[in-house]
Amino acid sequence: MASIQLSQRPLLVLTGAIVLHVILISAQVNTTAGIPFIKVVTFGFFSEVQRGTMTSVDGVRGVWSGYVALQDAQAENEALKNELARLQVRLQEERAQAQRAENFRQLLELRERAGVDTVAAEVIAGPATIEFRDMTIDKGSADGVQRDMAVISPAGVVGRVILSSTRAAQVQMLIDLNGAAGAMIERTRAQGLVVGQGSTLRMDYVPGTADVKQGDLVVTSGIDKIYPKGFVIGTVEAVERGNGTYHELTIRPAVDFTRLEEVLVVTTPPPAITAEQIAKEAEALAAPQPPTTSPPQAGAASPGAAPARNVSPQGPGR
Amino acid sequence: VKIAAALLAVVIALALQTTLASLVIRGTAALDLVLIVVIYLALISGPVAGLLIGSAAGLVQDALSSGIIGIGGLSKTVVGFVAGLLATQFIVTAPLSRFLVFVACTFLNAGIFMGLYAGLGLRQFDDPWTPVISQALGNAFIGVIGAQLVELLPGLRDRRKQRRIARH
Repeated sequence: MASIQLSQRPLLVLTGAIVLHVILISAQVNTTAGIPFIKVVTFGFFSEVQRGTMTSVDGVRGVWSGYVALQDAQAENEALKNELARLQVRLQEERAQAQRAENFRQLLELRERAGVDTVAAEVIAGPATIEFRDMTIDKGSADGVQRDMAVISPAGVVGRVILSSTRAAQVQMLIDLNGAAGAMIERTRAQGLVVGQGSTLRMDYVPGTADVKQGDLVVTSGIDKIYPKGFVIGTVEAVERGNGTYHELTIRPAVDFTRLEEVLVVTTPPPAITAEQIAKEAEALAAPQPPTTSPPQAGAASPGAAPARNVSPQGPGR
Repeated sequence: VKIAAALLAVVIALALQTTLASLVIRGTAALDLVLIVVIYLALISGPVAGLLIGSAAGLVQDALSSGIIGIGGLSKTVVGFVAGLLATQFIVTAPLSRFLVFVACTFLNAGIFMGLYAGLGLRQFDDPWTPVISQALGNAFIGVIGAQLVELLPGLRDRRKQRRIARH
């Protein structure tokens, strides 16, 4: 009876729904800390659905390629053609396995080189809405993955963990409009802030007097206490003079965010930056730059500066 | 049964959006499968069902993304209501009229969603037109084809049954 009356008053229901949403939004916008309970519960539940869907898709794909397709081929083709088809499937499987092994080898190399404790994780789902650049990985709090841990790949910085359930975690990619990281130009140590642009990155607050050139390597500065210092973010694609005080730099990400399959979550919190380190950086910045006769090579560190702590920027983005 | 079917459709759309869409279109899918399902269900169920389905789907989608819970819910609530209202006021069963409804509703959804984010100072959208237009066209194309398929299936089944009876 009540449902019939409500269905006859759509405007009333619409108003009620809008009011509820507005209250919900207001409650979150005013909150300064903490994650909403509904978010944790929904994410925890749905990550299992996503895991199940991925497993089912893999299962169907496996049954199709490993049984149904071969059976059809056997029924329709001659023995030699059948053998050829089987070998082709096997070759593809082995190529996929080799690619996967290569991915893991790169991850292992990065793990050793990074000098920080990491947890390897597999990407199990992409963004739920196309306006946000986030993804789900298959490791959660049970594996030591916590909020605000950095996520990296062999090509460079991927993003940070924003939500962690027991067996999965949500990662905000650096290119998300809300993504940001403390960064510096590796060659000159000029510091700034890298912010996401949806598909590219922008570097703000780089002093207008700083020496920045197209092709310069941009690395994490560690100042945000999320991303460890020295990991590659990308390369400078364009240098624009902002409002006179700061440069505005367009950064091409080192990571191909559309092809991520495996990542590493950095479980070691980055060390606090000491006053001595800041003074050292300032000294390096104030020191006169030696005249260059040829354009600086991307990835070449300035004298006394620590080199980037991962693979070269021209390494394949996965 | 209808409510369960609607919820199942939304869950499947969400699962496909978060898994298959990124696999097929390499991460940057110009489709919102959940929005497509909401619009279609609103078109066949009316404004109240449309807004309730839109509200539930939007809230779950918000909870799974890194944004504010409620903004997507609100935009999809309004879209569900408007799509349902359009279906009660006009005949929107032809592919072309449905295409237009999908396009308009995608623009409405994006307008409310981006408008709220920008208005609350939470996000800036430098060039919203290109992604919204491509999403509107993608949603409309998939929505119209999906709707036609869903509506063709029962007819096909009936015809096959009749053929079988005629043979015997």
